[in-house]
Amino acid sequence: MPKMSESSIATPANSGTSVIYRHTLVVRITHWVNVLCLFVLLLSGLQIFNAHTTLYLGSKMDPQRAVLSMRAVRQDDGSYAGLTTVGNTTFDTTGVLGLSRGPRGQLEARGFPDWITLPSYRDLATGRRWHFFFAWAFVLNGMAYLAYALLSGHVRRDLAPTGNDLRHIGRSVWEHIRLRFPKGEEARRYNVLQKLAYLAVIFGLLPLVILTGLTMSPALDAAFPVLLDIFGGRQSARTIHFLCATGIVLFVFVHVFMVLVSGVWNNLRSMITGRYAIAAEDHHAQ
Amino acid sequence: MPNDLKLSRRNLLVRGGAAGAAVLLGGCDQLSQSRSVRNVLDSAEGLTQAAQRLLLSRRALAREYPESALSAHFRANGSITVNDPTYQAQVETGFADWRLKIDGLVARPTELSLAELRRLPARTQITRHDCVEGWSAIGKWTGARLGPLLQSVGLKPEARYLVFHCADTLEGDLYYESIDLIDAFHEQTILAYDMNDKPLPVPHGAPLRLRVERQLGYKMAKYVMRMEAVASLAAMRGGRGGFWEDRGYAWYAGI
Repeated sequence: MPKMSESSIATPANSGTSVIYRHTLVVRITHWVNVLCLFVLLLSGLQIFNAHTTLYLGSKMDPQRAVLSMRAVRQDDGSYAGLTTVGNTTFDTTGVLGLSRGPRGQLEARGFPDWITLPSYRDLATGRRWHFFFAWAFVLNGMAYLAYALLSGHVRRDLAPTGNDLRHIGRSVWEHIRLRFPKGEEARRYNVLQKLAYLAVIFGLLPLVILTGLTMSPALDAAFPVLLDIFGGRQSARTIHFLCATGIVLFVFVHVFMVLVSGVWNNLRSMITGRYAIAAEDHHAQ
Repeated sequence: MPNDLKLSRRNLLVRGGAAGAAVLLGGCDQLSQSRSVRNVLDSAEGLTQAAQRLLLSRRALAREYPESALSAHFRANGSITVNDPTYQAQVETGFADWRLKIDGLVARPTELSLAELRRLPARTQITRHDCVEGWSAIGKWTGARLGPLLQSVGLKPEARYLVFHCADTLEGDLYYESIDLIDAFHEQTILAYDMNDKPLPVPHGAPLRLRVERQLGYKMAKYVMRMEAVASLAAMRGGRGGFWEDRGYAWYAGI
Protein backbone atom coordinates (compact mmCIF):
# COMPACT_ATOMS: atom_id res chain seq x y z
CA MET A 1 0.00 0.00 0.00
CA PRO A 2 1.38 3.39 -0.85
CA LYS A 3 2.02 5.51 2.16
CA MET A 4 0.29 8.78 1.67
CA SER A 5 0.81 11.79 3.81
CA GLU A 6 -1.04 15.03 3.90
CA SER A 7 1.12 16.92 1.52
CA SER A 8 2.55 14.15 -0.66
CA ILE A 9 0.32 14.85 -3.63
CA ALA A 10 -0.06 18.55 -3.14
CA THR A 11 -0.40 19.88 -6.63
CA PRO A 12 -0.91 23.38 -7.81
CA ALA A 13 -4.24 23.58 -9.60
CA ASN A 14 -5.57 26.81 -11.03
CA SER A 15 -4.03 30.06 -10.00
CA GLY A 16 -3.82 30.56 -6.27
CA THR A 17 -5.38 27.23 -5.37
CA SER A 18 -3.62 24.01 -4.51
CA VAL A 19 -5.16 20.62 -3.85
CA ILE A 20 -3.89 18.53 -0.99
CA TYR A 21 -4.66 15.00 0.11
CA ARG A 22 -6.36 15.68 3.41
CA HIS A 23 -8.16 12.56 4.67
CA THR A 24 -6.72 9.08 4.34
CA LEU A 25 -8.87 6.18 3.20
CA VAL A 26 -9.19 4.75 6.72
CA VAL A 27 -10.35 8.09 8.08
CA ARG A 28 -12.88 8.53 5.27
CA ILE A 29 -14.35 5.04 5.58
CA THR A 30 -14.55 5.07 9.38
CA HIS A 31 -16.06 8.57 9.26
CA TRP A 32 -18.99 7.52 7.07
CA VAL A 33 -19.53 4.21 8.88
CA ASN A 34 -19.66 6.28 12.04
CA VAL A 35 -22.27 8.60 10.51
CA LEU A 36 -24.51 5.63 9.72
CA CYS A 37 -23.97 4.05 13.16
CA LEU A 38 -24.67 7.23 15.12
CA PHE A 39 -27.78 7.90 13.04
CA VAL A 40 -29.25 4.47 13.75
CA LEU A 41 -28.08 4.49 17.37
CA LEU A 42 -29.74 7.84 18.03
CA LEU A 43 -33.10 6.92 16.51
CA SER A 44 -33.24 3.43 18.02
CA GLY A 45 -31.99 4.87 21.32
CA LEU A 46 -34.95 7.24 21.42
CA GLN A 47 -37.24 4.24 20.79
CA ILE A 48 -35.65 2.53 23.81
CA PHE A 49 -35.93 5.70 25.89
CA ASN A 50 -39.65 5.85 25.07
CA ALA A 51 -40.20 2.56 26.95
CA HIS A 52 -39.55 4.48 30.18
CA THR A 53 -39.58 8.24 29.76
CA THR A 54 -37.97 9.25 33.05
CA LEU A 55 -34.27 9.55 33.88
CA TYR A 56 -32.96 9.23 37.43
CA LEU A 57 -29.79 9.53 39.46
CA GLY A 58 -28.59 6.56 41.50
CA SER A 59 -29.18 2.83 41.20
CA LYS A 60 -32.93 2.58 41.01
CA MET A 61 -36.16 4.18 39.83
CA ASP A 62 -36.64 6.72 42.62
CA PRO A 63 -39.14 9.50 41.82
CA GLN A 64 -37.33 11.71 44.34
CA ARG A 65 -34.21 11.54 42.20
CA ALA A 66 -35.77 12.00 38.77
CA VAL A 67 -33.90 14.55 36.66
CA LEU A 68 -35.89 14.42 33.44
CA SER A 69 -39.37 13.17 32.72
CA MET A 70 -41.81 13.26 29.82
CA ARG A 71 -45.46 12.39 30.19
CA ALA A 72 -48.98 13.02 28.91
CA VAL A 73 -51.50 14.45 31.40
CA ARG A 74 -55.20 15.05 31.21
CA GLN A 75 -56.06 18.69 31.76
CA ASP A 76 -59.11 20.17 33.47
CA ASP A 77 -60.91 20.74 30.18
CA GLY A 78 -60.51 17.07 29.26
CA SER A 79 -57.83 17.58 26.64
CA TYR A 80 -54.35 16.13 26.97
CA ALA A 81 -51.01 17.89 27.18
CA GLY A 82 -47.46 16.68 26.82
CA LEU A 83 -45.26 17.81 29.71
CA THR A 84 -41.50 17.62 30.07
CA THR A 85 -39.88 18.18 33.45
CA VAL A 86 -36.19 18.99 33.66
CA GLY A 87 -35.02 19.25 37.25
CA ASN A 88 -37.78 21.23 38.95
CA THR A 89 -39.03 23.03 35.88
CA THR A 90 -41.93 21.75 33.78
CA PHE A 91 -42.44 22.74 30.16
CA ASP A 92 -45.48 22.26 27.96
CA THR A 93 -44.11 20.24 25.06
CA THR A 94 -47.42 19.12 23.56
CA GLY A 95 -46.99 17.87 20.03
CA VAL A 96 -43.32 17.00 20.40
CA LEU A 97 -42.39 15.47 23.78
CA GLY A 98 -44.76 13.51 26.00
CA LEU A 99 -47.67 13.74 23.59
CA SER A 100 -47.51 13.80 19.81
CA ARG A 101 -49.46 12.81 16.71
CA GLY A 102 -48.94 9.42 15.14
CA PRO A 103 -49.03 8.57 11.44
CA ARG A 104 -52.84 8.75 11.21
CA GLY A 105 -52.99 12.02 13.12
CA GLN A 106 -54.05 10.41 16.38
CA LEU A 107 -52.57 11.77 19.62
CA GLU A 108 -50.23 9.33 21.36
CA ALA A 109 -48.64 9.43 24.79
CA ARG A 110 -44.99 8.87 23.97
CA GLY A 111 -41.66 10.44 24.93
CA PHE A 112 -40.15 11.33 21.57
CA PRO A 113 -42.41 11.64 18.51
CA ASP A 114 -42.64 8.96 15.83
CA TRP A 115 -40.67 10.89 13.22
CA ILE A 116 -37.47 10.56 15.25
CA THR A 117 -37.65 6.97 16.55
CA LEU A 118 -36.67 3.69 14.90
CA PRO A 119 -39.04 2.02 14.22
CA SER A 120 -41.47 4.94 14.10
CA TYR A 121 -44.19 2.92 15.88
CA ARG A 122 -43.68 1.71 19.41
CA ASP A 123 -41.60 -1.49 19.29
CA LEU A 124 -38.96 -1.80 21.99
CA ALA A 125 -37.80 -5.26 20.87
CA THR A 126 -36.98 -4.05 17.36
CA GLY A 127 -35.46 -0.83 18.66
CA ARG A 128 -33.11 -2.92 20.78
CA ARG A 129 -32.15 -5.10 17.81
CA TRP A 130 -31.18 -2.04 15.77
CA HIS A 131 -29.40 -0.46 18.72
CA PHE A 132 -27.26 -3.42 19.67
CA PHE A 133 -26.33 -4.37 16.11
CA PHE A 134 -25.19 -0.85 15.36
CA ALA A 135 -23.56 -0.53 18.77
CA TRP A 136 -21.30 -3.42 17.77
CA ALA A 137 -20.63 -1.80 14.39
CA PHE A 138 -19.92 1.51 16.12
CA VAL A 139 -17.48 -0.04 18.61
CA LEU A 140 -15.63 -2.14 16.02
CA ASN A 141 -15.44 0.83 13.64
CA GLY A 142 -14.21 3.04 16.48
CA MET A 143 -11.56 0.51 17.46
CA ALA A 144 -10.34 0.28 13.85
CA TYR A 145 -10.16 4.08 13.69
CA LEU A 146 -8.35 4.36 17.03
CA ALA A 147 -5.81 1.68 16.15
CA TYR A 148 -5.10 3.45 12.87
CA ALA A 149 -5.10 6.93 14.39
CA LEU A 150 -2.66 6.00 17.15
CA LEU A 151 -0.33 3.80 15.09
CA SER A 152 -0.18 5.98 11.98
CA GLY A 153 0.52 9.14 13.93
CA HIS A 154 -2.80 10.71 12.87
CA VAL A 155 -3.54 11.68 16.47
CA ARG A 156 -0.10 13.09 17.12
CA ARG A 157 0.33 14.76 13.73
CA ASP A 158 -3.18 16.02 12.93
CA LEU A 159 -5.19 16.14 16.15
CA ALA A 160 -2.86 17.01 19.04
CA PRO A 161 -2.72 20.80 19.41
CA THR A 162 0.76 22.28 19.32
CA GLY A 163 2.01 24.82 21.82
CA ASN A 164 1.66 27.43 19.09
CA ASP A 165 -1.97 26.36 18.54
CA LEU A 166 -2.79 26.77 22.21
CA ARG A 167 -1.12 30.14 22.46
CA HIS A 168 -3.30 31.44 19.63
CA ILE A 169 -6.55 29.94 20.77
CA GLY A 170 -8.04 33.38 21.29
CA ARG A 171 -7.41 34.26 17.66
CA SER A 172 -9.04 31.03 16.54
CA VAL A 173 -12.12 31.79 18.64
CA TRP A 174 -12.32 35.24 17.04
CA GLU A 175 -11.99 33.73 13.56
CA HIS A 176 -14.81 31.31 14.32
CA ILE A 177 -17.06 34.08 15.58
CA ARG A 178 -16.56 35.94 12.31
CA LEU A 179 -16.77 32.67 10.35
CA ARG A 180 -13.44 33.47 8.71
CA PHE A 181 -11.22 30.48 8.20
CA PRO A 182 -7.49 30.11 7.63
CA LYS A 183 -6.16 30.15 4.11
CA GLY A 184 -2.92 29.04 2.57
CA GLU A 185 -0.37 27.17 4.68
CA GLU A 186 -2.55 27.23 7.80
CA ALA A 187 -5.51 25.65 6.03
CA ARG A 188 -3.49 22.46 5.60
CA ARG A 189 -4.06 21.66 9.25
CA TYR A 190 -7.04 21.55 11.53
CA ASN A 191 -7.37 24.74 13.55
CA VAL A 192 -7.02 24.53 17.31
CA LEU A 193 -10.73 24.61 18.14
CA GLN A 194 -11.31 21.88 15.60
CA LYS A 195 -8.55 19.78 17.14
CA LEU A 196 -9.89 20.24 20.66
CA ALA A 197 -13.46 19.45 19.58
CA TYR A 198 -12.42 16.27 17.75
CA LEU A 199 -10.24 15.15 20.66
CA ALA A 200 -13.05 15.77 23.16
CA VAL A 201 -15.46 13.70 21.07
CA ILE A 202 -13.05 10.90 20.16
CA PHE A 203 -11.49 10.46 23.60
CA GLY A 204 -14.28 11.83 25.80
CA LEU A 205 -17.84 11.70 24.58
CA LEU A 206 -17.70 8.51 22.49
CA PRO A 207 -15.91 6.32 25.07
CA LEU A 208 -18.28 7.69 27.72
CA VAL A 209 -21.39 6.86 25.71
CA ILE A 210 -20.09 3.30 25.22
CA LEU A 211 -19.17 2.78 28.88
CA THR A 212 -22.46 4.13 30.20
CA GLY A 213 -24.28 1.96 27.68
CA LEU A 214 -22.41 -1.09 28.94
CA THR A 215 -23.21 -0.14 32.55
CA MET A 216 -26.89 -0.66 31.78
CA SER A 217 -26.16 -4.34 31.10
CA PRO A 218 -26.80 -6.47 34.22
CA ALA A 219 -24.30 -9.08 33.00
CA LEU A 220 -21.48 -6.57 32.53
CA ASP A 221 -22.28 -5.05 35.92
CA ALA A 222 -21.64 -8.49 37.41
CA ALA A 223 -18.40 -8.83 35.42
CA PHE A 224 -17.20 -5.28 36.16
CA PRO A 225 -18.99 -3.91 39.25
CA VAL A 226 -16.63 -0.95 39.19
CA LEU A 227 -18.72 0.45 36.32
CA LEU A 228 -21.53 1.03 38.81
CA ASP A 229 -19.19 2.91 41.14
CA ILE A 230 -17.72 5.05 38.38
CA PHE A 231 -21.09 6.27 37.12
CA GLY A 232 -23.02 6.26 40.40
CA GLY A 233 -25.44 3.43 39.64
CA ARG A 234 -27.33 1.99 36.69
CA GLN A 235 -29.92 4.75 36.51
CA SER A 236 -27.22 7.43 36.65
CA ALA A 237 -25.46 5.60 33.83
CA ARG A 238 -28.70 5.71 31.81
CA THR A 239 -28.94 9.46 32.45
CA ILE A 240 -25.31 10.05 31.46
CA HIS A 241 -25.83 7.90 28.34
CA PHE A 242 -28.71 10.19 27.37
CA LEU A 243 -26.62 13.31 28.06
CA CYS A 244 -23.77 11.92 25.96
CA ALA A 245 -26.20 11.30 23.10
CA THR A 246 -27.38 14.89 23.47
CA GLY A 247 -23.77 16.05 23.40
CA ILE A 248 -23.09 14.06 20.25
CA VAL A 249 -26.14 15.59 18.57
CA LEU A 250 -24.94 19.09 19.51
CA PHE A 251 -21.48 18.28 18.19
CA VAL A 252 -22.98 17.05 14.91
CA PHE A 253 -25.04 20.23 14.55
CA VAL A 254 -21.96 22.43 15.04
CA HIS A 255 -19.84 20.13 12.86
CA VAL A 256 -22.34 20.19 9.98
CA PHE A 257 -22.76 23.94 10.37
CA MET A 258 -18.99 24.45 10.13
CA VAL A 259 -18.87 22.15 7.10
CA LEU A 260 -21.57 24.27 5.46
CA VAL A 261 -19.99 27.66 6.15
CA SER A 262 -16.37 26.76 5.41
CA GLY A 263 -16.86 25.47 1.87
CA VAL A 264 -19.38 22.66 1.75
CA TRP A 265 -18.35 21.00 -1.56
CA ASN A 266 -14.67 21.21 -0.79
CA ASN A 267 -15.25 19.71 2.66
CA LEU A 268 -17.52 16.98 1.36
CA ARG A 269 -15.13 16.09 -1.44
CA SER A 270 -12.25 15.86 1.01
CA MET A 271 -14.19 13.33 3.10
CA ILE A 272 -15.10 11.31 -0.03
CA THR A 273 -12.03 11.41 -2.26
CA GLY A 274 -9.58 12.81 0.24
CA ARG A 275 -8.76 15.84 -1.92
CA TYR A 276 -9.09 19.30 -0.44
CA ALA A 277 -8.53 22.59 -2.22
CA ILE A 278 -6.66 25.35 -0.44
CA ALA A 279 -6.92 28.96 -1.45
CA ALA A 280 -3.76 31.01 -1.46
CA GLU A 281 -3.21 33.20 1.56
CA ASP A 282 -3.85 36.49 -0.15
CA HIS A 283 -6.83 35.19 -2.02
CA HIS A 284 -10.16 35.50 -0.26
CA ALA A 285 -12.54 33.18 -1.96
CA GLN A 286 -16.30 33.36 -1.40
CA MET B 1 -52.56 30.13 -7.71
CA PRO B 2 -51.20 32.74 -5.33
CA ASN B 3 -50.50 30.20 -2.62
CA ASP B 4 -48.18 28.31 -4.91
CA LEU B 5 -46.26 31.47 -5.61
CA LYS B 6 -45.64 31.89 -1.92
CA LEU B 7 -43.78 28.61 -1.87
CA SER B 8 -40.48 30.24 -1.10
CA ARG B 9 -37.15 28.56 -1.38
CA ARG B 10 -37.02 28.12 2.38
CA ASN B 11 -40.48 26.59 2.30
CA LEU B 12 -39.37 24.21 -0.38
CA LEU B 13 -36.34 23.23 1.61
CA VAL B 14 -38.39 22.62 4.74
CA ARG B 15 -41.00 20.61 2.85
CA GLY B 16 -38.34 18.73 0.99
CA GLY B 17 -36.57 17.96 4.25
CA ALA B 18 -39.77 16.75 5.88
CA ALA B 19 -40.63 14.60 2.88
CA GLY B 20 -37.11 13.23 2.85
CA ALA B 21 -37.31 12.38 6.54
CA ALA B 22 -40.68 10.70 6.01
CA VAL B 23 -39.31 8.58 3.18
CA LEU B 24 -36.25 7.74 5.26
CA LEU B 25 -38.29 6.74 8.29
CA GLY B 26 -40.82 4.86 6.18
CA GLY B 27 -37.86 3.02 4.71
CA CYS B 28 -36.54 2.29 8.20
CA ASP B 29 -39.93 0.86 9.19
CA GLN B 30 -39.93 -1.33 6.10
CA LEU B 31 -36.42 -2.47 6.89
CA SER B 32 -37.51 -3.19 10.48
CA GLN B 33 -40.14 -5.58 9.16
CA SER B 34 -38.01 -7.31 6.54
CA ARG B 35 -37.12 -10.84 7.57
CA SER B 36 -33.62 -10.72 6.13
CA VAL B 37 -32.82 -7.41 7.85
CA ARG B 38 -34.13 -8.80 11.13
CA ASN B 39 -31.90 -11.84 10.68
CA VAL B 40 -28.87 -9.62 10.11
CA LEU B 41 -29.71 -7.49 13.17
CA ASP B 42 -30.24 -10.71 15.14
CA SER B 43 -26.66 -11.77 14.49
CA ALA B 44 -25.59 -9.19 17.08
CA GLU B 45 -27.46 -11.14 19.75
CA GLY B 46 -25.16 -14.14 19.33
CA LEU B 47 -22.15 -11.84 19.39
CA THR B 48 -23.36 -10.13 22.57
CA GLN B 49 -24.01 -13.46 24.30
CA ALA B 50 -20.62 -14.86 23.29
CA ALA B 51 -18.78 -11.70 24.35
CA GLN B 52 -20.59 -11.40 27.66
CA ARG B 53 -20.12 -15.08 28.48
CA LEU B 54 -16.43 -14.64 27.69
CA LEU B 55 -16.06 -11.60 29.95
CA LEU B 56 -18.35 -12.86 32.67
CA SER B 57 -16.89 -15.67 34.73
CA ARG B 58 -19.47 -18.33 35.50
CA ARG B 59 -19.32 -17.42 39.14
CA ALA B 60 -19.25 -13.62 39.00
CA LEU B 61 -22.03 -12.34 41.24
CA ALA B 62 -24.46 -9.57 40.54
CA ARG B 63 -23.97 -6.72 42.99
CA GLU B 64 -25.78 -7.12 46.30
CA TYR B 65 -27.04 -4.01 48.08
CA PRO B 66 -27.59 -3.07 51.74
CA GLU B 67 -31.11 -3.02 53.24
CA SER B 68 -31.02 0.78 53.08
CA ALA B 69 -31.02 0.59 49.29
CA LEU B 70 -34.34 -1.29 49.04
CA SER B 71 -36.91 0.34 46.77
CA ALA B 72 -39.74 1.96 48.74
CA HIS B 73 -42.04 0.88 45.94
CA PHE B 74 -41.09 -2.09 43.74
CA ARG B 75 -43.03 -1.88 40.49
CA ALA B 76 -44.85 -5.05 39.50
CA ASN B 77 -44.75 -5.40 35.73
CA GLY B 78 -46.34 -7.73 33.19
CA SER B 79 -48.96 -9.94 34.82
CA ILE B 80 -49.92 -8.79 38.27
CA THR B 81 -52.27 -11.64 39.05
CA VAL B 82 -53.62 -14.87 37.57
CA ASN B 83 -57.23 -14.85 36.42
CA ASP B 84 -57.91 -18.47 37.15
CA PRO B 85 -60.27 -19.85 39.86
CA THR B 86 -57.82 -22.58 40.86
CA TYR B 87 -55.07 -20.04 41.40
CA GLN B 88 -57.38 -17.68 43.29
CA ALA B 89 -58.43 -20.58 45.55
CA GLN B 90 -54.75 -21.33 46.20
CA VAL B 91 -54.16 -17.70 47.18
CA GLU B 92 -56.96 -18.08 49.76
CA THR B 93 -55.31 -21.13 51.36
CA GLY B 94 -51.79 -19.72 51.25
CA PHE B 95 -50.87 -22.16 48.48
CA ALA B 96 -51.26 -25.12 50.87
CA ASP B 97 -52.26 -27.45 48.01
CA TRP B 98 -49.90 -25.93 45.46
CA ARG B 99 -47.05 -28.09 44.11
CA LEU B 100 -44.07 -27.22 41.94
CA LYS B 101 -43.78 -29.91 39.30
CA ILE B 102 -40.26 -30.78 38.16
CA ASP B 103 -40.05 -33.04 35.11
CA GLY B 104 -38.60 -33.45 31.65
CA LEU B 105 -35.02 -34.68 31.33
CA VAL B 106 -34.53 -35.41 35.04
CA ALA B 107 -33.75 -38.74 36.68
CA ARG B 108 -36.33 -38.28 39.45
CA PRO B 109 -39.41 -36.25 38.46
CA THR B 110 -40.66 -34.55 41.60
CA GLU B 111 -43.46 -32.48 43.04
CA LEU B 112 -42.60 -30.09 45.84
CA SER B 113 -44.88 -28.20 48.21
CA LEU B 114 -44.03 -24.69 49.34
CA ALA B 115 -43.08 -26.10 52.77
CA GLU B 116 -40.72 -28.58 51.12
CA LEU B 117 -39.16 -25.83 48.99
CA ARG B 118 -38.60 -23.79 52.13
CA ARG B 119 -36.56 -26.63 53.63
CA LEU B 120 -34.13 -26.77 50.67
CA PRO B 121 -30.74 -25.03 50.69
CA ALA B 122 -31.69 -21.36 50.49
CA ARG B 123 -30.14 -18.01 49.71
CA THR B 124 -31.15 -14.45 50.56
CA GLN B 125 -29.95 -11.59 48.38
CA ILE B 126 -30.68 -7.90 47.93
CA THR B 127 -30.31 -7.24 44.25
CA ARG B 128 -31.23 -4.80 41.54
CA HIS B 129 -33.99 -5.81 39.16
CA ASP B 130 -33.40 -4.28 35.72
CA CYS B 131 -36.41 -4.06 33.47
CA VAL B 132 -35.96 -4.16 29.70
CA GLU B 133 -37.93 -0.89 29.68
CA GLY B 134 -35.03 0.83 31.40
CA TRP B 135 -36.06 1.18 35.04
CA SER B 136 -34.52 -0.60 38.04
CA ALA B 137 -35.80 -1.53 41.49
CA ILE B 138 -34.01 -3.08 44.44
CA GLY B 139 -35.59 -5.94 46.37
CA LYS B 140 -34.68 -8.61 48.90
CA TRP B 141 -35.26 -12.15 47.72
CA THR B 142 -35.14 -15.47 49.59
CA GLY B 143 -35.51 -18.74 47.79
CA ALA B 144 -34.32 -22.26 47.11
CA ARG B 145 -31.04 -22.35 45.23
CA LEU B 146 -31.66 -23.91 41.87
CA GLY B 147 -28.26 -25.65 41.59
CA PRO B 148 -28.62 -27.99 44.60
CA LEU B 149 -32.24 -28.67 43.69
CA LEU B 150 -31.20 -29.74 40.18
CA GLN B 151 -28.52 -31.98 41.65
CA SER B 152 -31.07 -33.66 43.88
CA VAL B 153 -33.49 -34.41 41.04
CA GLY B 154 -30.62 -35.45 38.75
CA LEU B 155 -30.39 -33.77 35.35
CA LYS B 156 -30.02 -36.21 32.48
CA PRO B 157 -26.86 -35.67 30.38
CA GLU B 158 -28.81 -34.41 27.37
CA ALA B 159 -30.54 -31.65 29.37
CA ARG B 160 -29.41 -28.19 28.19
CA TYR B 161 -32.15 -25.79 29.28
CA LEU B 162 -34.67 -25.36 32.05
CA VAL B 163 -38.10 -24.18 31.02
CA PHE B 164 -40.35 -22.43 33.53
CA HIS B 165 -44.05 -22.86 32.87
CA CYS B 166 -46.15 -20.19 34.54
CA ALA B 167 -49.79 -19.78 35.54
CA ASP B 168 -50.21 -16.24 34.21
CA THR B 169 -51.57 -15.31 30.83
CA LEU B 170 -50.52 -12.31 28.73
CA GLU B 171 -52.07 -11.52 25.36
CA GLY B 172 -53.93 -14.83 25.59
CA ASP B 173 -50.79 -16.95 26.00
CA LEU B 174 -49.39 -18.63 29.08
CA TYR B 175 -46.11 -17.06 30.18
CA TYR B 176 -42.99 -19.17 30.00
CA GLU B 177 -39.25 -18.61 30.14
CA SER B 178 -36.04 -20.59 29.86
CA ILE B 179 -32.44 -20.40 31.01
CA ASP B 180 -29.38 -22.49 30.23
CA LEU B 181 -27.35 -24.51 32.70
CA ILE B 182 -24.73 -21.79 33.23
CA ASP B 183 -27.36 -19.55 34.77
CA ALA B 184 -29.24 -22.47 36.36
CA PHE B 185 -26.21 -23.42 38.46
CA HIS B 186 -25.19 -19.84 39.27
CA GLU B 187 -25.04 -19.16 42.98
CA GLN B 188 -27.61 -16.34 42.87
CA THR B 189 -30.15 -18.22 40.78
CA ILE B 190 -33.00 -19.03 43.13
CA LEU B 191 -36.66 -19.96 43.13
CA ALA B 192 -37.81 -17.11 45.34
CA TYR B 193 -40.72 -17.60 47.76
CA ASP B 194 -40.03 -14.52 49.93
CA MET B 195 -39.71 -10.89 48.94
CA ASN B 196 -38.56 -8.29 51.46
CA ASP B 197 -38.88 -10.88 54.28
CA LYS B 198 -42.54 -11.65 53.51
CA PRO B 199 -44.13 -14.37 51.39
CA LEU B 200 -43.97 -13.35 47.74
CA PRO B 201 -46.94 -11.05 47.04
CA VAL B 202 -49.35 -11.94 44.22
CA PRO B 203 -48.29 -9.01 41.95
CA HIS B 204 -44.69 -10.27 42.13
CA GLY B 205 -45.52 -13.86 41.22
CA ALA B 206 -46.77 -15.77 44.29
CA PRO B 207 -46.02 -18.37 45.29
CA LEU B 208 -42.75 -18.74 43.38
CA ARG B 209 -40.68 -16.71 40.92
CA LEU B 210 -37.32 -17.24 39.32
CA ARG B 211 -34.42 -14.88 40.04
CA VAL B 212 -31.63 -14.82 37.42
CA GLU B 213 -29.73 -11.81 38.65
CA ARG B 214 -27.40 -11.29 35.71
CA GLN B 215 -30.19 -10.88 33.19
CA LEU B 216 -33.16 -8.58 32.63
CA GLY B 217 -36.48 -8.82 34.43
CA TYR B 218 -38.43 -10.63 31.74
CA LYS B 219 -36.28 -13.73 32.30
CA MET B 220 -37.44 -13.93 35.92
CA ALA B 221 -40.68 -15.80 35.41
CA LYS B 222 -43.43 -15.27 37.99
CA TYR B 223 -46.19 -17.70 39.06
CA VAL B 224 -43.91 -20.67 38.31
CA MET B 225 -45.91 -23.92 38.29
CA ARG B 226 -43.64 -26.34 36.52
CA MET B 227 -39.96 -26.63 35.74
CA GLU B 228 -39.03 -28.80 32.78
CA ALA B 229 -35.53 -29.84 31.73
CA VAL B 230 -35.18 -30.00 27.94
CA ALA B 231 -32.48 -30.60 25.31
CA SER B 232 -33.70 -27.91 22.92
CA LEU B 233 -36.10 -24.99 22.88
CA ALA B 234 -36.86 -25.18 19.18
CA ALA B 235 -39.97 -27.38 19.37
CA MET B 236 -41.57 -25.50 22.24
CA ARG B 237 -44.26 -22.85 21.63
CA GLY B 238 -42.83 -20.11 19.38
CA GLY B 239 -39.45 -21.83 19.39
CA ARG B 240 -37.47 -18.93 20.83
CA GLY B 241 -37.54 -20.01 24.46
CA GLY B 242 -39.89 -17.56 26.13
CA PHE B 243 -43.04 -15.48 25.97
CA TRP B 244 -41.24 -12.22 25.12
CA GLU B 245 -38.64 -14.01 23.02
CA ASP B 246 -41.46 -15.30 20.80
CA ARG B 247 -42.43 -11.63 20.40
CA GLY B 248 -39.00 -10.51 19.21
CA TYR B 249 -36.98 -9.98 22.39
CA ALA B 250 -33.58 -11.60 22.79
CA TRP B 251 -33.36 -14.96 24.56
CA TYR B 252 -30.08 -13.91 26.15
CA ALA B 253 -31.00 -10.88 28.21
CA GLY B 254 -27.67 -9.94 29.77
CA ILE B 255 -27.90 -6.55 28.05
